[in-house]
Amino acid sequence: MNAWFSQHRAALGLAFRRLLASPLNTLLSLLVIGIALTLPAFGYVALDNLRDLGRNATGVQQISLFLNLEAGKKDVAEIENRLRAASAGTWRFVPKEEALKRMQASEGMAEIVASLPRNPLPDAFVIEPKNTEPEALEIMRKEIAGWPRVAHVQLDSAWVKRFDAFLRLGKLALWMLAGLFAAGLVAVTFNTIRLQVMAQSAEIEVARMIGATDGFIRRPFYYFGALQGALGGLLAAALVIGGLYLLAAPVGELAALYGSAFAFRRPAVGEVVVLAGLGAFLGWLGAQLSVSLSLRKFD
Amino acid sequence: MIEASNLTKRYPGGLEAVKDASFRIDAGQMVLITGHSGAGKTTLVKLVSTIERPTSGSLVVNGQNLTALRRSAMPHVRRHFGMVFQDQKLLFDRCALDNVLLPLQIAGLPHREAVRRGRAALDKVGLLAREKANPIALSGGEQQRLAIARAVVNRPTVLIADEPTGNLDSESAAEILEIFADFHRVGVTVVVATHDQTWIERYHPNVLRLDRGKVVV
Repeated sequence: MNAWFSQHRAALGLAFRRLLASPLNTLLSLLVIGIALTLPAFGYVALDNLRDLGRNATGVQQISLFLNLEAGKKDVAEIENRLRAASAGTWRFVPKEEALKRMQASEGMAEIVASLPRNPLPDAFVIEPKNTEPEALEIMRKEIAGWPRVAHVQLDSAWVKRFDAFLRLGKLALWMLAGLFAAGLVAVTFNTIRLQVMAQSAEIEVARMIGATDGFIRRPFYYFGALQGALGGLLAAALVIGGLYLLAAPVGELAALYGSAFAFRRPAVGEVVVLAGLGAFLGWLGAQLSVSLSLRKFD
Repeated sequence: MIEASNLTKRYPGGLEAVKDASFRIDAGQMVLITGHSGAGKTTLVKLVSTIERPTSGSLVVNGQNLTALRRSAMPHVRRHFGMVFQDQKLLFDRCALDNVLLPLQIAGLPHREAVRRGRAALDKVGLLAREKANPIALSGGEQQRLAIARAVVNRPTVLIADEPTGNLDSESAAEILEIFADFHRVGVTVVVATHDQTWIERYHPNVLRLDRGKVVV
């Protein structure tokens, strides 16, 4: 076991030394890998923020509940009890008098309202649901529509559905983009390792002749690929965080104009680790493919 | 200890470099493989050291039939042999000591122990003072001594060399001969492919003479 650890430590050390041995090449490879990972990573963060923005936007995912004109205070209380029991989220009761006043306040409506023999508007509730998934909103709308004294339930589901479809499309495009760039990363590592195998051919030949196993020969290349990928992932995370930092102020100002306090959510430590891990995996994969093909000539 | 029966190596294209070679090398012997250029000496050395696999026949080392071993087991067998090549096959991207450390790294020895043994091997061939030198800065004789240090650092039971004095002047060749003789004196089995008659005159070793791939003596 000691020998196993010793060999892995030596292979890791060798991989580090090879990375440091040609700093310019390493830097260029890291930039290529970093940028390849930055685009899908930035897309992921942007979509994630958009989804949050969509969910948190008030007024666009509300359910309006209109009672019958005959509904009284008892019915209003009953509806409130049912909303509470259903943990529907937050709600606000809009009495018919308040609704009429608002209508009167609207431009050009005062005369029309004054000409009405009686208030035609019903009591209403404006509900901001806890769960804003389109399917959950639809289920809630149907449930509320079945309650007594409820005349009509209105859900702006079309907007929500459109937004959700947009997010799904964005996610799909992102996966396609990520797949392309992942293939690019594998190709970059493949080529780097191929050149390394060519440069180390004398050592590989000698090592084989004096008893090196396949694992001993392959290991430094695997570590190199994984290290390069992981560092590329960390660079991508840094670029994403830097980009979000630069965008934070203008996006905040834009959001303020719409009365929103929206701010970008930056990648969490776990997400940075995942990005580095993904880079390491893809780097290892490129190394694995390259070493398997390149070492055939030594067999 | 090494027993070959009807060992044959046929290369793609039909060239039979070694034909039906049968011989036995006992532990502690010094054996010279001689013959003209193209007689099959290098191929036989590669077969004995398991660098190449025979087309047919069997090779038994310490009771283990190497021709029946799986490919993945071969590297572990090779560690029992110390190999010295005519062209040394030294690595010029590292110092002398690091060249010697390679077999120990392959064997997974802890670094400190490896360095201690590497220095001892360099001392044995008179190169300890040059441990930091790049092999390119060493003379031909010194490079061959460095190759011997690398071959013996893992304490092999068999030391195999292919024309170790082929590219050396007579003085350097004599030094190399003496180093091999020293290892033979302490019980290491020494197998050398050479056409240098000095070995026979000075050490009276057992001789395997090859002629067009066949063992004739």
